[in-house]
Amino acid sequence: MMDAVAPASDTGPNLAAIAADASGERVVGRPTVYVYEAPVRICHWVNAFSIVVLMVTGYLIGTPLPTVAGEASDNFVMGYIRFTHFAAGQVLAVFFLTRILWAFVGNHHSRQIFYVPVHRKQFWKEVLHEIRWYAFLEREPKMYVGHNPLAQTAMFTGFTLFVAFMIITGFALYSEGQGIDSWQHKLFGWVFVIWPNSQDVHTWHHLGMWALVTFVMVHIYAAIREDIMSRQSIISSMISGERQFRD
Amino acid sequence: MGAATETFYSVIRRQGITRRSFHKFCSLTATSLGLGPLAASRIANALETKPRVPVIWMHGLECTCCSESFIRSAHPLVKDAVLSMISLDYDDTIMAAAGHQAEAILDETRAKHKGQYILAVEGNPPLNEGGMFCIDGGKPFVEKLKMMAEDAMAIIAWGACASWGCVQAAKPNPTQATPIDKVITNKPIIKVPGCPPIAEVMTGVVTFITTFGKLPELDRQGRPKMFYSQRIHDKCYRRPHFDAGQFVEEWDDEAARKGYCLYKMGCKGPTTYNACSTVRWNGGVSFPIQSGHGCIGCSEDGFWDKGSFYDRLTNIKQFGIEKNADQIGMAAAGAVGAAVAAHAAVTAVKRLATKREDADHNS
Repeated sequence: MMDAVAPASDTGPNLAAIAADASGERVVGRPTVYVYEAPVRICHWVNAFSIVVLMVTGYLIGTPLPTVAGEASDNFVMGYIRFTHFAAGQVLAVFFLTRILWAFVGNHHSRQIFYVPVHRKQFWKEVLHEIRWYAFLEREPKMYVGHNPLAQTAMFTGFTLFVAFMIITGFALYSEGQGIDSWQHKLFGWVFVIWPNSQDVHTWHHLGMWALVTFVMVHIYAAIREDIMSRQSIISSMISGERQFRD
Repeated sequence: MGAATETFYSVIRRQGITRRSFHKFCSLTATSLGLGPLAASRIANALETKPRVPVIWMHGLECTCCSESFIRSAHPLVKDAVLSMISLDYDDTIMAAAGHQAEAILDETRAKHKGQYILAVEGNPPLNEGGMFCIDGGKPFVEKLKMMAEDAMAIIAWGACASWGCVQAAKPNPTQATPIDKVITNKPIIKVPGCPPIAEVMTGVVTFITTFGKLPELDRQGRPKMFYSQRIHDKCYRRPHFDAGQFVEEWDDEAARKGYCLYKMGCKGPTTYNACSTVRWNGGVSFPIQSGHGCIGCSEDGFWDKGSFYDRLTNIKQFGIEKNADQIGMAAAGAVGAAVAAHAAVTAVKRLATKREDADHNS
C-alpha cells in the first residue's frame, strides 16, 4: 500500500518514451501513476473550501463583528453568518460521509487516510525515516505513490479524526437550536452526556477549529515542500489525479 | 401538618366547596376532555379516594434560596401547592414541629407510605470525612438522604446544588459536595436546576406530579422537558438584536441603553437551559437580561468553574496561565506557523548548499 516505488520500475506504455521532434527538442516521458480518483479529488476540494468557510464564519460567531447601526429588523448579519456556517457544516458532513463511502468502493489509496497500520513494524520504520527526512538527517526522500507513512498518520489524525470530532460537536451544538425533538439532537445529543454544560462543548469546538488551522498550515506546507523536494507531483496530483515522478 | 392521608376531595370540602359543585366540576372536566359518560364518576371517584401525594422536603448543604424562591410562587400560589395539592409532611425550614417530633415524621412516612412519597431535596450531601460537613439531626446528611431515598417513589433535586453541585462543589470542593444523582442511583431523579429555580417552575413540577400521578417527561440530563428543553437565548426578547449583529460592547454604551444583545458581555443565554426568558421572575415581572445584565448560566453544570461571568469562553487552567480556547489556539497556530516558516528557510538554505555542492562536483 505504501510501498516505496522506484519510479522507473513503474513504467506504463506512455513512459520512458524518449523521442526527438523535428527541431531536435527531446520530449521527456515521466513515470505517472493514477492515484486520486475523481470522487476523492472532488471531496478534497469541497471539504477544503467548506473548512475555510467554516473557520472564518465560526470565528465570527464566537467573536462577532462590531455592532451594525439601524433597526434590528433591517439587519441580519449574525443570521447570515450563522446560516453560512451551518450550511457549510452540512456540506462538509455530506462530503465527509461520501468520502468514507468511497473508501469502500475506490482504489486502495482512497482508504489510506482512514487507518494507521500501527501493528506493522515496517510502517514505523518508514515513519522514522520520514521524520529524519524532515529533520534534514536524510539526504534522499523515499518515493511513495500514495501518502508517505508520516503523511498517512497526519492525515488520519489531523483530518479524519479532527473533522469527525468537529462534525459531531458541530451537529450537537446545532441541535440546541433545532430543539430536543430534532433528528440532530437524537443523533448527537449524547455529546451533552459527556459535557452536560454546552459551554464546554463550545470550548472543545473552538479548540478543534484551532487544531484544524494548524493541520491546514502543516498540510499545505508539506504539500508544497514535497512537490519541490521529493521530485514528485503533489499539488497537481490533487487536480489531475496523477502522480508524476520527476527523476 | 401530621402524616394523616387526606384526599383531594376532603381538602376541597374543607375549603368550602359543596359536593354539588364538586360533581359539576367533574362532569365539566370529563366533557371538556371529550371523555365518555362514565368518566365523570371515575374522576369523582379518583379525587375522593386518591390520597394527596406526601412530600418530604430535606435540606442538605445549601443556602435555602430554593425555598425562598418556592414560597414566592404566583401561579399556582404557594399556599395552594403546600396546603391543598401536596401533603407536605416534613420540611425542617418551614414546619411547626421540631426536634424528636419532627424526626418521628420521617419514620412514620417511611412506614406508612412506602414507595408512595416524593423526596424533595434542596442542597446536596458532602461526602468527605464521612459526611461530617453537614450534620442534620445528629447524623451526617448523606445517611438521612440515603435512608429516605430508599422508600421514596421519586426524588426531586431542587436547584443547582442538588442537580449539579453548585458553589459548594466548585473547585477545589473541599467538602466533596456531590449532586444527588451521584449518591442515589436506583431511583428516578427529577433535576430542577437553577440558583434558585424559578418559583413557577418548582410549583409547576409539583403540580404536574400531583395532577397526573406520574413524573414529567425528562430530557437526557434528567430535567423536565416542559421547562428545560430550550435555552434562554432561544426565547430571549433581545434575540432579534443578536441575529441583526447588534451587541452591547461596553456596559454604559449607547447599545446598552437601547437594549441590544449582551452576547459580547459574556451572556450565558446561548448555553443555558431554563425558562427565565419565558416564565420570568417575581410573577413574570422581569429576568436578568431584561434588567440589562447577561445570564450567568446558574442552571448549568459547574457554572462556578467556567471563569468570569462576563466572558463567553471558558477559562482553561491546564496550561498554567488561565487562557481561553481562542487564545490557546491562536498561540498554537502562531507557533506552528513560525515553525513552518523556519523549516522552509532551513530547507531553502540546505537546497542551495546541495546544489552548489553538486555543481562543484560536476565541474
